Parts: sequence; structure tokens; C-alpha cells
Amino acid sequence: MRDALMKSLFMLAEKDPNVMLLTGDLGYGVFEEFEKKYPKQYLNIGVAEQNMMGIAAGLALEGKIIFTYSIGNFSTLRCLEQIRNDACYHELNINIVATGGGFSYGGLGMSHHATEDLAIMRALPGVTVVSPCTEREVELATVELSLRKGVGYLRIDKTKAELKSDSDDFKIGRARTLVKGTDYTIFVTGGIAEEAVKASKILEESKISLNVVSIHTLKPLDARFIQNEIKSKKGIVVIEEGVLIGGLGSSICELCVDSGITINNFKRLGIDDHYSSEVGSQEFLRDKYKLNSRAIVKEVLKFVNK
Amino acid sequence: MLSDIKTQELARKVRVHAVKMVNKGGSSHIGSVLSIVDILAALYGRVMQYRSNEPKWVNRDRFILSKGHAGAGVYAVLAECGFFNIAELGKHYQDGSIFSGHVSHKGVPGVELSTGSLGHGLPVASGMALAAKIDKKSHKIFVVMSDGELDEGSNWEAFMFASHHELSNLTAIIDRNKLQSMKTTEETLSLEPLRDKLIAFGWNVIEVDGHNHNELFSALDSDTKKPKVIIANTIKGKGVSFMENEISWHYRTPKGELFDQAMKDLGEKT
Repeated sequence: MRDALMKSLFMLAEKDPNVMLLTGDLGYGVFEEFEKKYPKQYLNIGVAEQNMMGIAAGLALEGKIIFTYSIGNFSTLRCLEQIRNDACYHELNINIVATGGGFSYGGLGMSHHATEDLAIMRALPGVTVVSPCTEREVELATVELSLRKGVGYLRIDKTKAELKSDSDDFKIGRARTLVKGTDYTIFVTGGIAEEAVKASKILEESKISLNVVSIHTLKPLDARFIQNEIKSKKGIVVIEEGVLIGGLGSSICELCVDSGITINNFKRLGIDDHYSSEVGSQEFLRDKYKLNSRAIVKEVLKFVNK
Repeated sequence: MLSDIKTQELARKVRVHAVKMVNKGGSSHIGSVLSIVDILAALYGRVMQYRSNEPKWVNRDRFILSKGHAGAGVYAVLAECGFFNIAELGKHYQDGSIFSGHVSHKGVPGVELSTGSLGHGLPVASGMALAAKIDKKSHKIFVVMSDGELDEGSNWEAFMFASHHELSNLTAIIDRNKLQSMKTTEETLSLEPLRDKLIAFGWNVIEVDGHNHNELFSALDSDTKKPKVIIANTIKGKGVSFMENEISWHYRTPKGELFDQAMKDLGEKT
């Protein structure tokens, strides 16, 4: 997904000299070309994320359009108060990019498991929270965030949904159907959509039709679309590579309760209130926490056999 | 540009406003406000370029109060300098008011940055200074920090950053009153030798009496090729006899006879 991010950043930097990329000393092998081409629009702040967010705020107050970059929790949790007070309260055009969503860096240990970021960023007033599932979504989200007022959070990941073809039908705040189906809907956010797409193929063989929907924007949530899906399908599974508290599944629960919708068949797949002290590949940890196609299939079959 | 005598009078008025605001609002931090009033008067009364009728004038010098708890002083100096009506100060700390205890920019002309959590001002000021360099603008950025605030690591990240990027348009003024929330800075987490530390971080360090306006003018106006930090030796509670060097006035509100005494000390009739 980083290549897709860079593709858009090159385009944006070329078009507008006010677009700047700030990194907390990460992006080896990724940013060199950008730095060479746009030396005045690139800044390695050093390993100092609090300062990076403060600098970003100072630059944005003077009219710069900022992208900050780091991996895992460094671009969010390490400087959360700077995001809250300096960026959000001042409604600045600062777009925070975190690579390594979920268990992307599973082997590196809990410090690098980005599993609470979506819930926490979603709680900050005014932040647009985007967690794309394909490279095209990353590309288009990057461009749209640069034009959007206020703080944006872009969570990218090492995996991505493999689709036969990807469309340009992307707009922040609008859910996007990845696989069309009629029986059950899988709401998913981020690269873990690849597991939902796989699940739809597996169940297709049993003549169970899954509708797989990318909720790439957790905030603002596409409430109407989600409500319609809930009303028109036999059941819903939500899958996200993060904690259950406060994430996509929670958002949908809140939406249902707030709008008086009841769901008979509903399951949230995510990480329970827990840190993983075990390490492993993203695939291994997804399997351990029941966050893969197998888990989705199992949940849907429970609905079917009810 | 005001003379020394006029900035002294500006400082006196700001002190009077601040004590009245804190008295009416029942708020705290008056000692911290009085500590920096002469710095504010020197900046707004003489050193800084701005247009009070055009607060967002692009070439204005920028001011950030990093020790946001002294916000009453900033509101008072802005009102005295014409950014908004002095009567607005009466709303400080009142229910429904936008004049919060810690300085807030929303709806308040002249406030560049809302602060209140310590360690935020210098990084943001550094970003503003960098933007001015990139855009080849000649305005300056001033940030007032507390000495206790230097416990926050984010400041030292920014000290490193500003010297690395040669932000000569950035001036930090450290309100060195040597008292923090509970004890002295040296008892809490010693800062000394502060001057040596700041020199080692690559800054041009100037030490002044933070209540002597002429010393402040000359330090603030001096040319520099590096970012400049002024260690302003101050007295917490300066100008009100019973508040000077008393930690309790970080929290207390002057009421009744003490309020009257404060007004008397400041040469104001009650």
C-alpha cells in the first residue's frame, strides 16, 4: 500500500508546493526519491513524534498541507495529545499516515501491533478515519484527505484485498462493495478485506452468497448504506484487525442502537481486550485471533444452521 | 513602539486586569501570570510587529504562550493593545465564556495557538518558524515557556530541531521564576546548569532580568544566526507583595482584603 501512497504524494507535491511529507525517521527505501525530487517539501524530523506533530501543526497553521508518516503506534499514540490539542482543536489540514495496521508487523512484538489506533483516532472529534483495503483505495484516499478540511488518519497495511478489478468508485464516507452477494454481508475495514473476499469464494461453493463491503471510512460512517444492508440481509459479520472496543464493529452497534435497528444474526470479529505477547506472521496472528476467512465462514455457517 | 515608561504602564495595567479577572473568575495561576507580564509588555508594547485591527495580517510576528495557564495575561495584553474590547476581560472564567483559564484561540482575535498542556508551544513555534523560512518571510516567532515546563521532553526535541534547522527567526523566552507546581525547579527536577544545556543544544542564550524592560528590549531585538533563547529571571507573583515567590499563588484566588491589597500594590484604586 505504501507504493500507492507515494504515487499520490508525488502527484500532490508536484501540483502544490504547500504539500509536505514529514517522517519520524522511517520510510527507508521509500522516501528517497521524494526527498530528491521535492527537497523543500520533505522533512525527516528525527525519532521524535511529539515534535513531529507540533512541527506539523506549526506548518499547517501557516497554510501547509501536511502528511506525517510513521509506523504502527508511533504516528498516533506516541503523540496523541499533540494530535488532539495542536492538530484537531485547531482544525488543521494534517493527515496522519500509519503503516503497519493491525498485525502487519506481527513478528516485531506488541509495541508494533497497531490494534487500538482506529478506536482511539475515531474518538477524537472531527478526525476523518480511513483504513483502505486496496491500493486504489489508498491512492484515492490520500488525494481526498489532502483536500479535506481538518485532521485525517490514514491507516495502511501490508496486505490488501485481491479483486478481479478495482474501480475508482471511492469516496471518503461512502461504503464500497467489493464482492456483490445477496445472503449475508461482511463489513470489513483495511487489508484484512482479503480474508472476507476469500470467505466469499469459499461459501460460493456452498451456494451461500456473501456481500463484502469495504468500510474504508470509519468516520464519518456511511450510516444509510449500513442500515440498508442490515435491513436487507440475513446476517452481518464485521471483521477488523484491531480491538473490538471502539472499532468498526462498535461503530455499527452504536449505529443500530441509536437508530433503533435490531439485528438477529450479528457477529463482530476482532481482538478481545488483550495484548498479544505471542509473535508471528500476520497470517499466524490472524489465525490465532480468529480473524481470517475460516473464522468468517464458521460464523456465517452458524447463521445458516441456526 | 512604546518607550520603557509606556511599556511599564502597559505592564501595570495588564497586572491589574489579570488580578481582577482571577478574582472575578475565582481562578488560579495568578503568580504565573504576574511572572511574565513584563515580557508580554515588552513584546506587545514595543518589539512585535502586528495590526490589532487585522489580527491575521500575514507579515505579523507570531506569539505563542506555551505556559497556557498564564492565559489571563495574554488576554489582558491583547485587550490593552486593541485586539478586542477591554470589557470582554470580565468574561474570563465565567460560565459559557470563550476566555478559558488556559489560553484558547477560538473566537479570540490575536491568539495564535491554544495551549494548556505543557510542552506543546515550542514544537509548534518551530513549525511556524520553519514555514516562514520556507516561504522566505521575514516575520519572527516568539514563544514564552515556563521553566517547570522544561521537564517535558517534547521541548528538548524541539530545541534540537530548531538549532539543526537554523531557525534564527525563532525566539524562546523562558520564564525562569524557579518555582513549579509544588516546589522549586531545582528540588523537583533540576534544570541547572540551564544556560549550558541550551548552549549545548545549539541555541544563542541570553540571560536577563525578566522584569527589566530595557534588558528585555535589547535581548529581544538582538540579531542572531541561531535560534535565540532568553532566560528571563523572574519573580513568580511579581508586583503583588504577598504573592512574590509564594508557590501557593499558583493556586489561590485573591479575595477580599487580599484583593484590595493587590490593587494597592499595583497602584490601582478599588
